[in-house]
Amino acid sequence: MTEIPDIQVGTELPPLTVEPISRATLALFAGASGDHNPIHIDIDAAKAAGASDVFAQGMLSMAYLGRLLTGWVPQQRLRSWHVRFTAITPVHASPTCTGRVASVADGRATIELEVTLSDGTVTLTGDAVVDLT
Amino acid sequence: MTVDVSRALAYRFEPLVVAAGRGRLAFFATATGQTDPVYTDLDAAKAAGHPDLPIPPSFYFSLELERPDPFAWLTALGIDLGRILHGEQSFTYHAMAHAGDSLTLRSRIVDVAVKKQGTLELLTKQTSVTRDEQPIAEVTTVIAVLNPLESEAAR
Repeated sequence: MTEIPDIQVGTELPPLTVEPISRATLALFAGASGDHNPIHIDIDAAKAAGASDVFAQGMLSMAYLGRLLTGWVPQQRLRSWHVRFTAITPVHASPTCTGRVASVADGRATIELEVTLSDGTVTLTGDAVVDLT
Repeated sequence: MTVDVSRALAYRFEPLVVAAGRGRLAFFATATGQTDPVYTDLDAAKAAGHPDLPIPPSFYFSLELERPDPFAWLTALGIDLGRILHGEQSFTYHAMAHAGDSLTLRSRIVDVAVKKQGTLELLTKQTSVTRDEQPIAEVTTVIAVLNPLESEAAR
C-alpha cells in the first residue's frame, strides 16, 4: 500500500479552502454530479421553493471533503464516511474543509470532519474511518 | 401531504447497471476543483496502481442519478423536489472501482421517520453497489422532506 502520514489522536489534516462558489460552479457540478434539481441552478425554481436564491448542492461540499481526505491518504484506505448537512451553503460562499484525528484503534483512525463558511456557519459535520495497516 | 410510510417502504427500485466513463469522471474532478492527476490522467492513475481512473469517494451518489428519471421515486411518493433537503449521506467502501467498471446498484427505502408533528419526515434510502456480485460500496442517503403544517396547508 502507499505511504500514509504520521497519524495520532489530535493530528489535523491540512485544511482545504475552495474558491467562492459561483453560479457557474453550481451549474457545472449539476452536470458533473447528475443532480439536476433546478433549485441549485435556476433562481426561478429556488424562489418558487421559498429560497431567496440558488444554493449549493450538499454533495458539492461532500466532494470538497473527499478532496481533503484523498489528498491526505490514498482513497483505497477510506473504509467509511458519514456526513450530516447542517446548513445551506449560499452562492458565493467560500467553504473550508477541516479534519482532525479523533481516535486510533485496531489499525484504523477515525477522522472528525467539518465544513465551515467564512462567517463561521458550519454547513456539514461528519466522520471518516481510514485504514492504517 | 405526508409520505405514505407503507408505500415508501414497499417502493421497488429496478436494479441499475451503470458504468462511469473516463470523461465523466474527469468532468467531475474539474467541477469539484480536484487537482490530483490520479483522478483525471490515466497515466497518473496507473502510476498510482489503479487499472483506470478511480471513482472518487462521493461519486457513488452520482451513479444512482444515472437513472433515466432519477427523481421518479420521489414523484411516485408524492414528494415535491422543492420540499426536500439532503439530510445525511454515508458511504461504506469494500473495494475500489474504476472508470468502465460495470456496476450494479440495488436500492430500497429502509426507513421513514416522522418528526416535529409531521412537518419533517426523514426518508432513508440504501443502495448496494456490486461488480460481478463482489461488494464495492454501500450508499445511505437521508432525505429530509419539509411539510407545511396541516393548518397552513389548508389556507
